[in-house]
Amino acid sequence: MKILSAYLLLFLAAQNQAPANAPRGNAENGKMLFMKIGCYQCHGREGQGAAATGPRLGPNPIAYNRFLAYIRKPSGDMPPYTAKVVPDQQAADVYAYLQSLPRPPSPDSIPLLK
Amino acid sequence: MNKSRKFSAGRRKFLKGAAVAGAASLAAPTGVAQNQLAQPQRATAVPVTAPGAETGTPPEVDVLTADRCGSDFMVDVVKSLDIEYFCSNPGSSFRALHESVINYGGNSKPEFITCCHEESSVGMAHGYAKIEGKPLGVLAHGTVGLQHASMAIFNAYCDRVPMYIIVGNTIDATMRRPGVEWIHSVQDAAAMVRDYIKWDDLPISLQHFAESAVRAYKITMTPPMGPVVLVADSELQERPIDASDKLRTLRLTKSAPPQGDSGAVAEAARYLVAAENPVIIADRAARTQAGVKYLVELAETLQAPVIDQGGRMNFPSQHPLNHSDRGRAAIAEADVILGLELTDFWGAVNAFRDQLHRTSRPITKAGAKLISISASDLYTKSNYQDFQRFPEVDVSMAADSEATLPALTEAVRRLVTADRRNAFQARAAKLANAKQALTERLRADATYAWDATPISTARMAAELWAQIKNEDWSLVSPTLGGWPQRFWTIDKHYQFIGGPGGYGVGYCAPAATGAALANKKYGRLSVNFQPDGDLMYAPGVLWTAAHHRIPLLSIMHNNRAYHQEVMHLQRMSNRHQRGIERAGVGTTLQDPDINYAQLAKSMGLYAEGPIGDPKDLGPAIKRAIAAVKRGEPALLDVVTQPR
Repeated sequence: MKILSAYLLLFLAAQNQAPANAPRGNAENGKMLFMKIGCYQCHGREGQGAAATGPRLGPNPIAYNRFLAYIRKPSGDMPPYTAKVVPDQQAADVYAYLQSLPRPPSPDSIPLLK
Repeated sequence: MNKSRKFSAGRRKFLKGAAVAGAASLAAPTGVAQNQLAQPQRATAVPVTAPGAETGTPPEVDVLTADRCGSDFMVDVVKSLDIEYFCSNPGSSFRALHESVINYGGNSKPEFITCCHEESSVGMAHGYAKIEGKPLGVLAHGTVGLQHASMAIFNAYCDRVPMYIIVGNTIDATMRRPGVEWIHSVQDAAAMVRDYIKWDDLPISLQHFAESAVRAYKITMTPPMGPVVLVADSELQERPIDASDKLRTLRLTKSAPPQGDSGAVAEAARYLVAAENPVIIADRAARTQAGVKYLVELAETLQAPVIDQGGRMNFPSQHPLNHSDRGRAAIAEADVILGLELTDFWGAVNAFRDQLHRTSRPITKAGAKLISISASDLYTKSNYQDFQRFPEVDVSMAADSEATLPALTEAVRRLVTADRRNAFQARAAKLANAKQALTERLRADATYAWDATPISTARMAAELWAQIKNEDWSLVSPTLGGWPQRFWTIDKHYQFIGGPGGYGVGYCAPAATGAALANKKYGRLSVNFQPDGDLMYAPGVLWTAAHHRIPLLSIMHNNRAYHQEVMHLQRMSNRHQRGIERAGVGTTLQDPDINYAQLAKSMGLYAEGPIGDPKDLGPAIKRAIAAVKRGEPALLDVVTQPR
């Protein structure tokens, strides 16, 4: 729960802000990187998030500049992804992948969630 | 051969009674010994030795048989304690006790449950205790068996569960068979686990055993509960019983659990009634269904939100005052926090940041009052650090929460004025709205990755719930990322048993099996979300479930990794800015992927899988439940998202 809390601001921001200042990224490469560099470990393979480890990241991620700033120097528990290990272009690719994630169905359309 | 098992001078006095008295009964026979909790047993008749029986007896007689032995009496003692099962691997240091259980005792109460690892035996006892509220027996070698069992005992200790462990040992060095029996003998068997058990003893006579056995039961059942160890000397087990010992079992009267001091209860009530935003946090608060009821009464009287940390099933999951999924926010708003049997009160009210430089800060408002009720304050040891960081609280009661809650609720009721009642009602409306919003948010959260492969944990929980919600079910595993608590209506104490306590991996599979064993006689449908890495510690418990026809549905949470450790490796790799792509080295269970369905089938379970398409999950669960309803254990291998 502590980790969740640490990511809470990031999550809340994701709900309210449109992406901004994002460089061109390759969503396909971003999807591969999302697995390769371990984003999925805490946030799930679809970026859906998990209560104990990390919040949902997409679709509709936070603004790119905030995204980049957070992964470089996270204020919470998330391990830092410096430019040495994730160059800006790779970060942009991951961001493009998060933008490309499909919106989920409405819970009202899923019988098991009614 | 001067002092052998055949001719031991020290044994001669026992041989007298055994050789002559034959089948004379020294203690209550099987069946009669049951239900003795309220009735002390009288010393039984001493068999009459035939006149002149010793006349002409050569000084060294090769007596090879005995009709009664010490371990028979040990079984009488165990029966008097109403211990239903002994989980055990067979072991020569308790061979006589084993034989007495299955023959003299009729293999019923206790019944011998065959295990394939002592960690499984103890894990089963752990899960059983959480359903049944009383200990299961475990038999093990005093050396290698206890060594195997030790991690699981540590889990049980941290989780405050009762457990009754008997280990075999051969104390008299001159009686040990050369070779292995020496290697399997030890001066002080319990020393190895003494740091994480409540009590142990090494009885040197059968009557001593009887007294210590009842004392052990009383100690393990008194909050804070914890495992106890009795060492059963092999000589004591195997000696023919001497009629002149006048052995008798003792009456057990369990201790009433300690209740909080009345002054402290009154002070806590004043804080809670005056608070604008009181919050209740519960971890191992409810020991029984009554504990759940008491907590509901207190929460409803105060209209205070409850954060159920899940050490036990403490509070109904769908109750409007269950705010577990917004715990951090509730704590941050609180002016009074009541902690009930918290493992870590400090951790509940502080944020700790796991970066290169570790830092922490309070998450509570300045001046927030903290009240603790915990039986753990009554029994704290030094070496293992499960007592956590010291919390600075305002009222501290070294007491059992369940025993204290009725008095606290009553004290609160006495203080509630009309004004406070109005304030409580206003708070109730606000909290109900917050709960409704929370529920809607969590429902929306579940839709993300709903159709993904691997299968999301939310989907897995929802698919299972759809098929068990009309059954009498029991979730006998730790929670699946919290999803059952969000979707499922959990309002009975046995419907959730919490986690391992000591976070020793390998708990889930045996604890689920032990809990299912306890549920069996009630006809409950036991369901288990089974982590893959956990099962690989001692998968032989699947065979135990099949062999003993223990109905249990296990659904693998197969993320093909020790995933917590993957994340730790990732953290270190990021911190050191090198090799962040290699966090899977040493932490994942791939190449080859483990086929858990085949593993389970090989041990006699109904099994299907691997299942990766969420559309296949529901029908598979239906088939597996049908198998469980036939009395079999079943396993579905479901490949899942990491968390």
